[in-house]
Amino acid sequence: MYEGPVQDLITELGRLPGVGPKSAQRLAFHLLSAEPEDARRLARAILEAKERVRFCRRCFNVSEREECRICRDARRDAHVLCVVEEPRDLQAIEKTAEFRGRYHVLGGAISPIDGVGPERLHIRELLARLDAEDITEVVLATNPNIEGEATASFLARQLKAIGVPVSRIASGLPVGGDLEYADEVTLGRAFAGRRTL
Amino acid sequence: MPLERLELVDYRSFRHVRLDLGAGAHVLVGPNAQGKTNLLEAVHVLGTGSSHRVAGEGPLVRSGARAAIVRAVCVLADERRLTVELELRPGDRSRARVDGQPRRARDAIGLVRSVLFAPEDVSLVRGDPADRRRFLDDLLGQRRPSYLVARQEYERALRQRNALLRHAGRDGPTEATLAAWTETLVRAGAPLLAARVAAVHALSGPAADAYRELVTDGGSAGARLGLTYQLSTGRAVPGRVGAGVPEPVSLGDELRAGLAAAAGDERQRGMTLAGPHRDELRLDIGGLPARGYASHGETWSLALALRLGCLAVLSEVGEEPVVLLDDVFAELDETRRARLARRCGDYEQVLVTAAVDEDVPLRGRRHEVRRDAAPHGAAEPGAGSRKATEA
Ligand SMILES: [Zn+2]
Repeated sequence: MYEGPVQDLITELGRLPGVGPKSAQRLAFHLLSAEPEDARRLARAILEAKERVRFCRRCFNVSEREECRICRDARRDAHVLCVVEEPRDLQAIEKTAEFRGRYHVLGGAISPIDGVGPERLHIRELLARLDAEDITEVVLATNPNIEGEATASFLARQLKAIGVPVSRIASGLPVGGDLEYADEVTLGRAFAGRRTL
Repeated sequence: MPLERLELVDYRSFRHVRLDLGAGAHVLVGPNAQGKTNLLEAVHVLGTGSSHRVAGEGPLVRSGARAAIVRAVCVLADERRLTVELELRPGDRSRARVDGQPRRARDAIGLVRSVLFAPEDVSLVRGDPADRRRFLDDLLGQRRPSYLVARQEYERALRQRNALLRHAGRDGPTEATLAAWTETLVRAGAPLLAARVAAVHALSGPAADAYRELVTDGGSAGARLGLTYQLSTGRAVPGRVGAGVPEPVSLGDELRAGLAAAAGDERQRGMTLAGPHRDELRLDIGGLPARGYASHGETWSLALALRLGCLAVLSEVGEEPVVLLDDVFAELDETRRARLARRCGDYEQVLVTAAVDEDVPLRGRRHEVRRDAAPHGAAEPGAGSRKATEA
């Protein structure tokens, strides 16, 4: 244990995902030895992002306005909706430039171990959109891991019950790998080869 | 794929040991607890990533050292040399090199193939169903590493579904959530079931042949070894030579139906009651269950026959594995020793350990494994017999 502010910094850094105690220490001492202006810039970036960025009220993508750039873009196909777990998955798909519809971000996947049930995801809002908007096809692009598969399976059942055509992007993706890490080529192919459920 | 050379650094009690090998039979001789088994274990670790005796890397590293290195040079079927090096670092990720190039450990593990028979293997006959499930899973994983990925996926689905059922008491999962996890479990489980049944079919012939050869001289009907895959949902699938891979979709349907039938019990007990994690590999000799009926000698022969059967299944895809026999000859009577020795003559390479050389009626090179080390434990190739020395 260190004293006062140093330990506070280590503790806070250690709470970030993927940062263990060792890395937290390394990051803390890196910041302590950095120029004061560098530290201020980082602190400002964190605060600004936190204050200015919010979630799109329609699709739950990150956005600086009430609605995100994609939801506001009239050139996007409003009839096709792609469902992803996190905003970063949306970014991965955007980079492939293969998909011209709009998105819906769930905010995670169903995971009983972590106490995450369907009610903790933006599924109710998805169903409301299907009711309100003119959507004729839903593409499920949850991650190709067990939780993503279970979430897709859950959604497929619900959507089919209300009569919306559903497809799942083909997992030519590494088993157990996150969509985020899939290279763009693989993802592009996956879109071309999506299968109807 | 015979090993040409095996080298260990800071592995168990060895500071540095080098063994020059080559195709054919090799007998590692030395008093008990002198590290002969450690040599075979090291080859097994290279093939599977873990020891057959202990969990974790810690015990494999010489006390006082930070890491252990296992290095093997083997000769492939096309006569190319392959050098695989695995560095085991307790508490840290293992490192590996293949032909000198850094690789992820999991990409290097399994390149040097082997089949190990050790005294612990009597648990294949006498142990719990879990021991026999692991036997099938290890075999399939060695055959194709993607099987291990599929098994991990299944285990993850199982843990999730169990968590859901466990918390069902108070709020109760909605039917829809449970249905989604049932579907996910079935989809993850079906390929496993198909692979396991296929392995039992593939194994049934070679294992029965090996068993018959070890216990009799002819084809006595009473000594027939039978393998059966017993599904948790009730159906038993007898191993049939040449039967191939069953259709995963129909096995999935069967599992789905089994889960539906167990639904009430599952909610009450808070766990998944059907699936590959509750299946069993049944072994019988002449129609009687081996567990409970087999004598000491039959038990040993059966366990050995299962391992030798694996050799045939693995050789179907890729290089012929190195056969590792740890202390097996001492447990067999003289006739069975002779029969095993005869069979060993058919293998590309066999490494055998024995406390007493006379126990092993095998022609082949002798390597003395002992503690009286040369300076710094460097190995000394002797004339005629070679020495593996321990520091
Ligand atoms: Zn939006």
